[in-house]
Amino acid sequence: MIDQKDILKTIDMIARQNLDIRTITMGISLFDCVSGNADVCAGRVYDKITRKAKDLVRTGEAIENEFGIPIVNKRISVTPVSLISQGCGDYVKFAHAMDRAAHEMGVDFIGGYSAFVQKAATAAEAQFIDSIPQALSETGIVCSSVNVATTRAGINMDAVKRMGEVIRESAELTAAQGGMGAAKLVVFANAVEDNPFMAGAFHGTGEGDCVINVGVSGPGVVKAALESKKGQPFDEVAETIKTTAFHITRMGQLVAREASRRLGVPFGIVDLSLAPTPAIGDSVAYILEEMGLETCGAHGTTAALALLNDAVKKGGIMATSHVGGLSGAFIPVSEDAGMIHAAETGALTLEKLEAMTCVCSVGLDMIALPGDTPAEVLSAIMADEAAIGMVNTKTTAVRLIPVPGKQVGDYVDFGGLLGRAPIMPYNHNSPKEFIARGGRIPAPLHAQRN
Amino acid sequence: MRAIVSVLGQDKPGIIAHISHALYEANANILDITQTVLRDEVFAMTMLVDLAAMKVSFEQLKEQLGAAGAKIGIEVRLMREEIFNSMHRV
Repeated sequence: MIDQKDILKTIDMIARQNLDIRTITMGISLFDCVSGNADVCAGRVYDKITRKAKDLVRTGEAIENEFGIPIVNKRISVTPVSLISQGCGDYVKFAHAMDRAAHEMGVDFIGGYSAFVQKAATAAEAQFIDSIPQALSETGIVCSSVNVATTRAGINMDAVKRMGEVIRESAELTAAQGGMGAAKLVVFANAVEDNPFMAGAFHGTGEGDCVINVGVSGPGVVKAALESKKGQPFDEVAETIKTTAFHITRMGQLVAREASRRLGVPFGIVDLSLAPTPAIGDSVAYILEEMGLETCGAHGTTAALALLNDAVKKGGIMATSHVGGLSGAFIPVSEDAGMIHAAETGALTLEKLEAMTCVCSVGLDMIALPGDTPAEVLSAIMADEAAIGMVNTKTTAVRLIPVPGKQVGDYVDFGGLLGRAPIMPYNHNSPKEFIARGGRIPAPLHAQRN
Repeated sequence: MRAIVSVLGQDKPGIIAHISHALYEANANILDITQTVLRDEVFAMTMLVDLAAMKVSFEQLKEQLGAAGAKIGIEVRLMREEIFNSMHRV
């Protein structure tokens, strides 16, 4: 029999350190739903999602029950809707079809109300992007993403400009829910095709008909492991994180394989992300503080996060046959008790977060800003993030929420996994003329790799 | 299918009797038992059980073990063996 110490260690990780599978996400291709008519196409979308995902939640719950490991979310991602709906118009109908199907399947979120405009947008894509605020305000669990930059294409600054406005409109149309629409909208650079995490999940064009991707989590487990390494050199810190990430990922691999087998759907990837939740003890910021920082945001935070992000990948990569998604450490402010505290006390600023996104797995995530933040400021923050992603050949993103009617010092509470955030201040010097230029920022020299 | 029954709680007489009786009633076969008293008289027991001839469903056995544990104030978990093997064995 396996060693009793290992059994008790696993139970402790689950019961007291919030170890969980964050999500089982089923990716579904919608290419076979294409039609020139919005009603026909949206009808096919609904039918395909409900046919493919009918057993997803039940299977997730059965695995949870038998293996004793919590699976926090069951989700669906679909082919970017802008690709299958071009020429149909009435894009919001697709969001409604997705929402209805997802509710019926009992999943937590559905992603893929998405567009790819890193070089330029077609007329249909521009209309699709215009529909995002309405789509997010009229649906409950549909998530949207727009890719505005890649290392190969550069940054589409026309799209960046428009997305600043779209974020504002999305927040304004959902003012009664604290601007929740903007919390379901991600703007990417170098978006990945197999990300199981929301709000940026979509089923990429290179994917098959249906796939199971799993996102692991477990910042609390890493923090607990580091508690026994106080004062020890970073070599020891990195080794401890790697070992812990290995254990966590092995569990993710088992769940992914089991879900794939039971559903009869191919296994795609395990995303090795440390995804925090607002629960105490489930925080990435606390890991950084455990490394010796008084508060997350102190000088040294970027270095600490760089070590964490790298060690998580190194530890996890041997534990699964296919790594993918975003893999690394997330730093969503409203979803992390330590980040919330650091932002409240002023230790963690937008500028420091931007620096952290150079070395974390994604970008500026779940950041609440004053409701009157101008669209061009949102666009400029987005441009900075896209530049970091483009130049460093990594995924970056922004999920900014200009919370209607709120000012610095106020709070917004989205509830659940999305958490609660203090409204953060931004730099008030205007980037208006910079954003008004439009056009493209060319791809960097190192994009020319062939 | 094999699973691990883990028991955690204050040490007291009858823990093994209660848990093994619940397993016997479900026709689950105990393959191995390890027990220790951890700090402050916290009792920890892990059992490897074979559920191939089990008369009830996995979920029912889980409930019955939980109920048997609750009677004597201890925490009982039933989890498939693979989770531990996959996490701790390469």
